[in-house]
Formats: sequence, structure tokens, C-alpha cells
Amino acid sequence: MKRLGELERAVMDVLWESAEPLTVRQVGARLTDRDLAHTTVMTVLDRLAKKGFARRQRDGRAWRYCAAEDQETYVTELMMHALDQTGDRSAALASFARRVSDSEAQVLRQALESLGEIARD
Amino acid sequence: MLPPVLLLAVVAVGTVPAAAALASARWPSRSPAAAILLWQALGLSWGLAAVGALVGLGAVHTRWGVAGGALSGAVHALRHATLEPTADALIAVGRLAFLAAGAALLALLCWVLLAASAAVLLARRRHRVLLSLLAHGDPKVPGALVVDSPEAAAYCVPGLRSRIVVSAGTLALLDAAELAAVLAHERAHLRARHDLVVLPFCALGRAFPRSRLVRQVHAAVALLVEMLADDRALRHRPARELATALLRVGAFAGQAPSGALAAVPEPEGETAARVARLLAPSPRLPALTSALICSAAAALVALPIVVLVMPV
Repeated sequence: MKRLGELERAVMDVLWESAEPLTVRQVGARLTDRDLAHTTVMTVLDRLAKKGFARRQRDGRAWRYCAAEDQETYVTELMMHALDQTGDRSAALASFARRVSDSEAQVLRQALESLGEIARD
Repeated sequence: MLPPVLLLAVVAVGTVPAAAALASARWPSRSPAAAILLWQALGLSWGLAAVGALVGLGAVHTRWGVAGGALSGAVHALRHATLEPTADALIAVGRLAFLAAGAALLALLCWVLLAASAAVLLARRRHRVLLSLLAHGDPKVPGALVVDSPEAAAYCVPGLRSRIVVSAGTLALLDAAELAAVLAHERAHLRARHDLVVLPFCALGRAFPRSRLVRQVHAAVALLVEMLADDRALRHRPARELATALLRVGAFAGQAPSGALAAVPEPEGETAARVARLLAPSPRLPALTSALICSAAAALVALPIVVLVMPV
């Protein structure tokens, strides 16, 4: 199971790096260091498509796969959730420090300076 | 039947001003654990008493207290509720109305708790899947995952397969000692399952989305849980490291150039309150006071339960 998760990630990296949709064979060819069976790559791509992370389109007799969204979109989703942008303070995640208003950020920066710490932004 | 019902009604109504008083009290930051226990007791006591008072009004006198009386009340009322406008029928309809209101409140409270739990589990699963595709380890934060984002974020994903996550922005912002303090804080959350403490109050917010008091209570409990994790982290790290980490992350969260995230600020002063508490700690509550608070919490929960099952 852990190996499968790790494979999904490697395959997504391939899809993200590619400018155009790839066939199963092309994806496998870009994971040369792993020596994967064709069917393994196909299974992983199929799983990713089912989960909505990859999209596939028919190209002649083969399927071509591409990433559903670029990497930044998913990173933004993670951060939106992490910084609790929905504002409903759901108990799903626990943030170390939540986002503050501009005026409070000012107060916090002054507090840092009074501690003799130079802001390292 | 009236005295026990009256008692339940007094508890149900009385817990509301008590919650308002506790929300603005200053002592909870001196003993977050005791305060959280009192919040839980207040919430549970209110729920039991409010449901109990409603069904109690529909109950008939039995040996089995309000709870048993409610059941026979329902049977009794159903038998006597006819369309003829006799006194018996009117009383029966009135009984049924109170019983239904009590059952509806109980169902609502159970439902929001289930719905909130389900929403949390779904959100965490999605989050973990995304992390498995995007996050990577970093020797600067052993045991934690790093997401390549300029935002200053540090958080944990609680659950059976828990994760601690820091953003690349946080890695750049904090020094090694501050990072260690952040990790200690997050590990405290995970170990003590603080998310389970906050969940019911989050659910209460769903049941009463317009109530200012419920929002205040939710925020108060969330802040107390942060203070609890701060205290726990202090066992391993100096207060100053944790304080400067908080100040930095607080001051620079959302200052990233990406601008993709619109700021929804936290209630004013939470981070500042935590920092002040770390740098200039007030003495903890005396042991006797804490013991009194815990006894009060136990009494608060015991009272409606006893009234509900006590034969009269």
C-alpha cells in the first residue's frame, strides 16, 4: 500500500513535468529507474484518474493521461485548508498560529522587535 | 412532576449566563485543562437539561424519573390524543408537543455531532491524499512533512494516521530552535487528541450558526487547547523560542507574495494573548481551586443525570 502511494506520487510528478498528455508507455519510459511493468503503470494511472488527479483522453487506440490540475493549484488548496480560510474553524486540522489581521500583525512585529529579534522575512 | 422539570429548566437556562461568564473570565489561561473540563461539563449539562426539561414537560409521573416518565407520557398521550376537544385530549396534544420538541433537540444535537465528525474525516482524508502527492520530508524538521509554499503555515492533521506539516515559508522564517518548538507544540496536539476536544463545540456551532455565544465558546475552547499544547511544548523547549516562533508565524502568515489566499483573521488578540502568557506567565491556579473547579464540573453533569433517572 505504501509502495502504491509512492508510485502515485512518482507518476504525478511525471504528469506534472510533461507539457502534453502521455501514454502509459511514455509514463513508464520516464520512470526508468523503477523498472515497472506496463500493467503496474496502467493501474496507477487508472487509480489517479478515478481519484480525479489525472484526466485521460482517447488517442487512437491508446489512452493519454495528463494531470487534472497543476501542482500549484493543489498546494493552494492545502494552504487554504491549513490556514483555515473557510473561517469556520473546523476541527479537521490544528494550526500552530492562525492568520491575524493586518493591525494585529503590526502589533506582533513590534513585539518581536522589542524582544530584540530582527524580523527575518 | 414539576419540581424535577423545574430543576432541569433552571440548569438549562442557567448554563447560558454561566457560559457567557466563563467566556469572558480571565482565570482559564492560568489553568487551561480545568477550564476545558468545565466547558465540556457546561455543554453536556446544558444538552442533558434542555432535552430533559422538554421531555419532562410531556412526562407522566412514574417510578423511573423523568426519562421513564417521558416514555409512559408518550404512550399515555398517544392513547388519549383524539380530535375531540376534551380537556384530556388537549393535555395529550400538549404533552406530545413537548416530547417531540425534546426528541427533536436531541436528534439535532446528535446529528450535528455526526455531521461535523464526517466532515472532519472527509476533509482530513482529502488533505492526506494531497500531502502524499505533494509533500516531502526535510532534515530540518524530522518527522514532519514540508509543502513547497511561501505561506507561513504550520499545522497537524490529527487522526489515526496523523501528520505534522510545515510550509517552506515557515522553514525559511524560523530558526532551528523555533522549529523544534513548533514541532513540540503540534506533537502535543496529536498525542492528546485535542481535535476531539474541539469537535463537539465545532458541532454546536453548526447547530446554532447565528448564536454569538456559541461562537465565543468555540473560540474560547480552541484557544484553551492551543494554550494546553503551548504548556506541553514548554516541557521540552524554552518559552522564548515558542513565543518568537508564534510571533513570526503570526506576523507573517498570509504575507506571502502569492496573494492567492484572502485573509480571514482570527479573533483579535489570540496570538498576542498566547505570547504574553509565555513570556510573562501568571501563576497557575492553586491546587485547591483546580480541585474545586473539577468538582463543580462533575456536579454540573451529575445533576441533570440524577434528576433524569431519579424516582420521585
